[in-house]
Amino acid sequence: MNWLLDLTPDEWNAVRLSIKVATVAMVASLPPGILIALVLARGQFWGKTLLNGLVHLPLILPPVVIGYLLLLSFGRRGPVGAFLAEHFGIVFSFRWTGAALACAVMGFPLMVRAIRLSIEAVDRRIEAAAGTLGANPLWVFGTITLPLILPGLITGAILSFAKAMGEFGATITFVSNIPNQTQTLPSAIYTFTQVPGGDAGALRLTLISIVISMAALVASEVLARRVGRRMDIE
Amino acid sequence: MTVVVDISHRLGDFEVDACFESAGRLTALFGPSGSGKTTLINMIAGLIRPDKGRIEAGGRVLVDTDAGRFVPKHKRRIGMVFQDARLFPHMSVASNLRYGRWFTPTAERYADINAVVDLLGIGPLLDRRPAKLSGGEKQRVAIGRALLASPKLLLMDEPLASLDDARKAEILPYIERLRDETKIPIVYVSHSISEVARLASDVVVLAQGKVAACGPTGAIMQRLDLLPAEERGEGGAVLDTAVLRHDDVFGMTVLGSVAGEIRVPLLAVPVGAPVRIRIRARDVMIATEQPTGLSALNILPGTIVTIAPGEGPAVEIGIDCRGATVLARITEQSRQTLKLRLGREVYAVVKTVSFDRRI
Repeated sequence: MNWLLDLTPDEWNAVRLSIKVATVAMVASLPPGILIALVLARGQFWGKTLLNGLVHLPLILPPVVIGYLLLLSFGRRGPVGAFLAEHFGIVFSFRWTGAALACAVMGFPLMVRAIRLSIEAVDRRIEAAAGTLGANPLWVFGTITLPLILPGLITGAILSFAKAMGEFGATITFVSNIPNQTQTLPSAIYTFTQVPGGDAGALRLTLISIVISMAALVASEVLARRVGRRMDIE
Repeated sequence: MTVVVDISHRLGDFEVDACFESAGRLTALFGPSGSGKTTLINMIAGLIRPDKGRIEAGGRVLVDTDAGRFVPKHKRRIGMVFQDARLFPHMSVASNLRYGRWFTPTAERYADINAVVDLLGIGPLLDRRPAKLSGGEKQRVAIGRALLASPKLLLMDEPLASLDDARKAEILPYIERLRDETKIPIVYVSHSISEVARLASDVVVLAQGKVAACGPTGAIMQRLDLLPAEERGEGGAVLDTAVLRHDDVFGMTVLGSVAGEIRVPLLAVPVGAPVRIRIRARDVMIATEQPTGLSALNILPGTIVTIAPGEGPAVEIGIDCRGATVLARITEQSRQTLKLRLGREVYAVVKTVSFDRRI
């Protein structure tokens, strides 16, 4: 069993980095995820289909294409990347932040979908009732809509996290595969499979990967059930 | 407080074009389903923006399309009780009740949570979740929630329509207490004559999106022609009476009214308490002489003041019994046989058992 737990420092870093990247990707995409889901679920405007298509692009396009598009726009010489680097000092290319961005983009459609479905399930007549009690639209959202879509938020967040833990194509294209900097679990496993004698390392990381994803899934189940029981909706 | 509504609004093929004014304690918007009652009340609440028109409550202009004015629902301070309660499923009953308080300026909070909880008898429910309540309990909590926002006007949209008779009987007394013990004017939507007759001080009758009539409950209830065809038999006189005494031997209560004593099945209310009764036109018989050897206990002398053609073979006879008008629905044949004409002295006869409970 020793070979299983005895991780090299580089391997540990890959595990830590993956969790960090996935967590940041999940947390950072929640606010825009809620906003876009809200717009898609409730908005009536020209170009809604287009927006919906854009959000779903990462689901249909090859991840490499997304990675390359990110490189073009968020790279050092890309229009967005150059602007952010110059004005805010935020650099994405070949940094762990870039890995988080790539993971967030790839998990975004899954998150938006889950949240959108739960928003569509909210009874708007209950929101109207809150309005007649004096709550303005912002308060209604915060005290009624948000708590009611909590199970959907949890599902969306976990899906995004799980997607980020497994993201490979877009990440490696955008931020490459630099040990201790941008090497996430999937990249590390990939590297092991490319060198002779790397089987043990690949297997170790694969098992760790399974454990983390399963743990996230179980945690979301427990959380969603607890929230559901608290609400006790018929 | 006066509510003034003058709007026109189109919903697909249906057009609501209504104008009325009411300052009653409890104004009923009455009409069959599809007559535009709910659309109107939703406009007063601010849930629907009318195409054109004006809505005023207590001198405050809520909607004036000509001036481009539309006060959003959360700024109207108008409470609303929906047919389907619409409690917040993720909050306890207590949190539901307190919800509106947050948004009421401290100076304008007049509703006291303990008083409202007592009034509605919902003390034992405070820690429960809405999903664990019965239909009647939900509706009481919904009324309490609306009251605790300290509204200036309370709207009730068929609050009893989705409940069975037992639950209705459970809630009606609370609405009466609300009408009599609080100062909030109420606008009450209903398609049930018995509810309107029992609760309303004023009635606005709606038909096909238009106001067919508007006035005090007693006067409107006698206009059988205003009532929907299937409910016409339910129309009749509405009398405000007081309990004179109870007859425990025969299980009856004797009520005093301007028309004379009226015996009804035993009521569980104290002597002296006000009771509003409805005498359905179809339950009233007419005798030209003081009847003898008759089982009916209520015999009210009076004078015929109106004769109107009714449906089919029926005529509707209005009898003025010392100031209260009782309506009788008899056949044209009986009218001719008895030679009934305006000004004739007659006796209106009503069986005690034809009063079901208080309504």
